[in-house]
Amino acid sequence: MMQLDFLDDLRRMNVRQLFYQVLNFAMIVSSALMIWKGLMVVTGSESPIVVVLSGSMEPAFHRGDLLFLTNYDNEPIRAGEIVVFKVEGRDIPIVHRVIKVHEKEDGNIKFLTKGDNNNVDDRGLYANGQAWLRRKDVVGRARGFVPFIGIVTIVMNDYPKFKYAVLAGLGLFVLIHRE
Amino acid sequence: MHTFLSRANAVSAFSLSTLAFLTFLCFASTFFLDYTAPVKITAANIVLKNVPEYAVSREKNDLGALRFDLSSDLSDLFNWNTKQLFLYLTAEYETSNNKLNQVVLWDKIIHRSESPLIDLKNQHLKYYFWDDGNGLLGHKNVSLYLSWNIIPIAGTLPLWNGIGSYKVAFPTDYTQGRSY
Repeated sequence: MMQLDFLDDLRRMNVRQLFYQVLNFAMIVSSALMIWKGLMVVTGSESPIVVVLSGSMEPAFHRGDLLFLTNYDNEPIRAGEIVVFKVEGRDIPIVHRVIKVHEKEDGNIKFLTKGDNNNVDDRGLYANGQAWLRRKDVVGRARGFVPFIGIVTIVMNDYPKFKYAVLAGLGLFVLIHRE
Repeated sequence: MHTFLSRANAVSAFSLSTLAFLTFLCFASTFFLDYTAPVKITAANIVLKNVPEYAVSREKNDLGALRFDLSSDLSDLFNWNTKQLFLYLTAEYETSNNKLNQVVLWDKIIHRSESPLIDLKNQHLKYYFWDDGNGLLGHKNVSLYLSWNIIPIAGTLPLWNGIGSYKVAFPTDYTQGRSY
């Protein structure tokens, strides 16, 4: 019965309606992109929303929790805050807490991080011979927290076939569905 | 019209938006709260050595050590939107090398199911107190203070400082040997 409905919908579409559906689809994609790029401008961070991928900050953050980041240049980095940083040779940014800060008169800063759930600091995670992080390594600083929501992303990353099925299903739905 | 799918869709959409709204209320109702509390810190057994910190370089750096007493009642920091506290004891000071140095010496996680009363006596440091250079020798103004990061159930992740600090004065001579 459902299949018949959907065939009916398609049959009743003329060229004008088809164009309308395609434009509608393009509208959804481009507004999602605009929101993401807009957030990048407002927060100053190249990835304003991240999903926690490891348990190294437990029990504060678990896998699948969502973090909102900002990265304003005029806000200094201080001990105790949670930063997201990139290390040379690692693709995935790391979310850990700052435990040491040394700042020069001219604002030049070096700092050390550690995961709340790890026993040792992060020097073992940094690039070979790297003892400190610098301001430029920071992708963002955790400002907001929402639990669980990011688990969708983790599931999609773990099962790529599922991701493509969902994306294809949603795309098809938007294209052929009529109000 | 009223198929199983449309009913399921309506129910899940309604419960999701209700959850989102309640979560937002949870965040909004605690956003403007004051999360300060008085803290009592004292330190003793202050010693200083000058040894190489091999994790950074071969050069000798100042390595301080001390024991501290810490007491505070943090029950006011827990409310319906506090999942846990991350407490950390920071040493902050200025040296000729650096305008600002912050070294976390000790930390502790207090989950909402745990006691919010802190009463530590003669506590060892959890992390080494390395200076970035030789700035601790004879330093009379190293301030120790406790701060906390509120981890909410949903919301912002603010840092607050406890009211009360302790001023550490380091000796003018290095301690020799291995003893602390």
